[in-house]
Amino acid sequence: MKIDLTDTTASKINKALVQGRRAIGTPAVGMVLTLVIVTDEEDAYDALKAANDASREHPSRTLVVIRRVSRSPRDRTSSRLDAEVRVGADAGTGETVVLRLYGEVSDHAQSVVLPLLLPDAPVVVWWPVGAPRDPAKDPLGALGQRRVTDSYSTEKPIDELRARAESYEPGDTDLAWARITPWRSVLAAALDQVSCEVISAEVTGEEFNPSVELLAMWLADRLHVHVRRGVSAGPGLTGVQLETTCGPIALHRPDGAMATLALQGQPDRAVALKRRETSELIAEELRRLDPDDTYASALRFGVDRLGGSPPSVPRIPAPASSAVSAPSLSVSDSAASSGPLSERADPVASPARSSAPALPPASPSSSGDDDGDRPSPAQMPPVKKAATK
Amino acid sequence: MAPLSGTGANPLRDPADRRLPRIAGPSGLVIFGVTGDLSRKKLMPAVYDLANRGLLPPGFSLVGFARREWANEDFAQEVHDAVKEHARTPFREEVWQQLIQGMRFVQGTFDDDDAFERLRETIEELDKAQGTGGNFAFYLSVPPSAFPVVIQQLKKHGLADQTSDSWRRAVIEKPFGHDLESAKELNAIVHEVFAPDQVFRIDHYLGKETVQNILALRFANQMFEPIWNRSFVDHVQITMAEDIGIGGRAGYYDGIGAARDVIQNHLLQLMALTAMEEPASFDADALAAEKTKVLGGVRLPKDLGRDTVRGQYAAGWQGGEKVIGYLEEDGIDRNSKTDTYAAIKLGIDNRRWAGVPFYLRTGKRLGRRVTEIAVVFQRAPHSPFDTTATEELGQNAVVIRVQPDEGVTVRFGSKVPGTSMEIRDVSMDFAYGESFTESSPEAYERLILDVLLGDSNLFPRTEEVELSWEILDPIEDYWEKNGRPAQYPAGTWGPVEADQMLQRDGRSWRRP
Repeated sequence: MKIDLTDTTASKINKALVQGRRAIGTPAVGMVLTLVIVTDEEDAYDALKAANDASREHPSRTLVVIRRVSRSPRDRTSSRLDAEVRVGADAGTGETVVLRLYGEVSDHAQSVVLPLLLPDAPVVVWWPVGAPRDPAKDPLGALGQRRVTDSYSTEKPIDELRARAESYEPGDTDLAWARITPWRSVLAAALDQVSCEVISAEVTGEEFNPSVELLAMWLADRLHVHVRRGVSAGPGLTGVQLETTCGPIALHRPDGAMATLALQGQPDRAVALKRRETSELIAEELRRLDPDDTYASALRFGVDRLGGSPPSVPRIPAPASSAVSAPSLSVSDSAASSGPLSERADPVASPARSSAPALPPASPSSSGDDDGDRPSPAQMPPVKKAATK
Repeated sequence: MAPLSGTGANPLRDPADRRLPRIAGPSGLVIFGVTGDLSRKKLMPAVYDLANRGLLPPGFSLVGFARREWANEDFAQEVHDAVKEHARTPFREEVWQQLIQGMRFVQGTFDDDDAFERLRETIEELDKAQGTGGNFAFYLSVPPSAFPVVIQQLKKHGLADQTSDSWRRAVIEKPFGHDLESAKELNAIVHEVFAPDQVFRIDHYLGKETVQNILALRFANQMFEPIWNRSFVDHVQITMAEDIGIGGRAGYYDGIGAARDVIQNHLLQLMALTAMEEPASFDADALAAEKTKVLGGVRLPKDLGRDTVRGQYAAGWQGGEKVIGYLEEDGIDRNSKTDTYAAIKLGIDNRRWAGVPFYLRTGKRLGRRVTEIAVVFQRAPHSPFDTTATEELGQNAVVIRVQPDEGVTVRFGSKVPGTSMEIRDVSMDFAYGESFTESSPEAYERLILDVLLGDSNLFPRTEEVELSWEILDPIEDYWEKNGRPAQYPAGTWGPVEADQMLQRDGRSWRRP
């Protein structure tokens, strides 16, 4: 059932929630979390639909915060809160409140949200679009144990990743990171099968897709090798190639659904790697509410330390310059289509290679023991520049 | 419980990285008796669901072995239909395309040497084409009489030989024998060919989320364990009821009966998990050690006639449907003494449980299909309220609902709103369906994945099986020599004798 409230307050909304539950005959609440979706009118429908689908796995109270744009100065002085309370079949398996904030109150959204949070249950804040630069310091973000951003939806994903790394607080996470979980698990499984050391890696994908950078940074962070970011026409991520001491390992997905895993000396194997719906990503995000240290560590590796030089190029002594920034990103699609793996040994790129952590190739094999010595993300300083060594 | 894959030096694996699922290493599954019901309704859908959740390795292979004249395509079609009908997760074409590449069918009977040669060739071919790396699990979904033949054939054709970097595992289903002696024989046959740690006995109850949750409930919380002992617990009831009859399983069921079919494995395992001490860790050895201790400490009642009851369902009405009695079922001897209902009272000889009875009951054609564990607490030692106030107050209870409607109920007294002091039972409920909808995997998914990972936490071991038979054998002996099963009308909660058995102790069965 649906209850519309105009020019209302949080306590009236709470009353409507209780009234709604009574009316449909289920006064008991079995909801496990509060999901706050901060969005604009344009994206609210899709986001709420994804959240409702995800709520089948995680029954939750969903609060949609929509800040309405006031068109005239007079509108901006008047402040109003409208709410739409949905319970029962209209709200997935939980309860939904759509909050529309007009005028001054839109700057104080947290005062509306705070009284509506479920007692004793975790709070997740999700910005489908337009996430703040510093989610943890945002008044709404501060209410949540978990803050979900989506750098895929931004104009300049690379800048966004830099900003995320700078402002990272435990509990931050990004849907672009959730998108690559299946890739990461197949790659990890592939490395389970061989006992070789990885020498270098290349990740290829669409130009403005931060998942490609995140996957590359994760590989670089875990493997301590040079990782190159290649550009292809997509869709999404298209391939990962690991050069190892016992031949290449390639995971290639040209069509966004079926991938092929090729290991040296082994038959090619088909892997289903379909691009997932937002609801599946949100469901994955909600499954674990503890800080994602792996994400933090990958993010803090620094998007600027990804290189464009293929490993076969002999190592050139690096000029002690810091003027390096992900060169391959500027390559256009036409250049990429001539062969994403084609060598572009531009001299600008080589410092990036030399700036990759200079660990001997032997080290990954002992990382099982080394993990204890690895600095935890909290202790690691954010890496901003490439050649700061 | 470190997964086998993922050990060693894979730098992409990090214990803190909890998004990455446990994926089995390169491997394949061979199912004997692939045309059977279990295979179609449970195993094939479970394999698909695992693949759909991205938990199977790339190149995973599924080999069917049966007598039917099928080509690989027919087999794939059969799996396809089974998956469409029974799988838990939605059908996705790309997942199916991944699976179908590794599907093979081998036609033959169990004594056919050529067929096993063909099976060996198929496995070798899969190692080349799919990269399964020689790792295969053999799932014996076959009648117990066929166990020895299949196992011997596997040995004869070198199918059970594992090399240093590959494994071969055997998966067997209940019944694990029909008494201690036959169980030992069976174990001897299997262990002659497969090492004990490569034999996985499926008790699908242990794969259920709710059963694993018993351990979480008891050992991850502070509020239950302190009262989980003889000072507070009055008794424990473990019930597994089915509403169906024996259906077409007369050949299997007659002579086996409810106690051997259910109590020996499922109920005694549930009892062990409910009663065991906290294991030192959550690995297979530590768990098995604690379960073995409990099973070893089980004490049978002195008077077996008084504290055990068996029954047979008679004709009656089951949920609005007229059904025939056990003795009228097709293929059942009119004089059969097989029990379709069994209730027994057991004690556990240790400091925690001395004097607390565990009532175990199971039956077919009972009121409804339900499995639950009820821990019933003693009444409050002193009540400041007068007797009229507490007239309707029962005993407190924690009920673990294993199936259906998985969850936990806590029952306690509460004041009825009004001016007079009146206290009545209320229940507080946690339902899986409410707090974690849809994500609970099927038991077989979990168990098949564990077999491929080599993780034996959820599988009963040889000692547990043998100890269980030691508990049940004297009861079966007594029943064999004394009396006949009591009759109970189908659709009720069992024979009157079972109610009387609890009444003598001043207790009564819960209506589950």
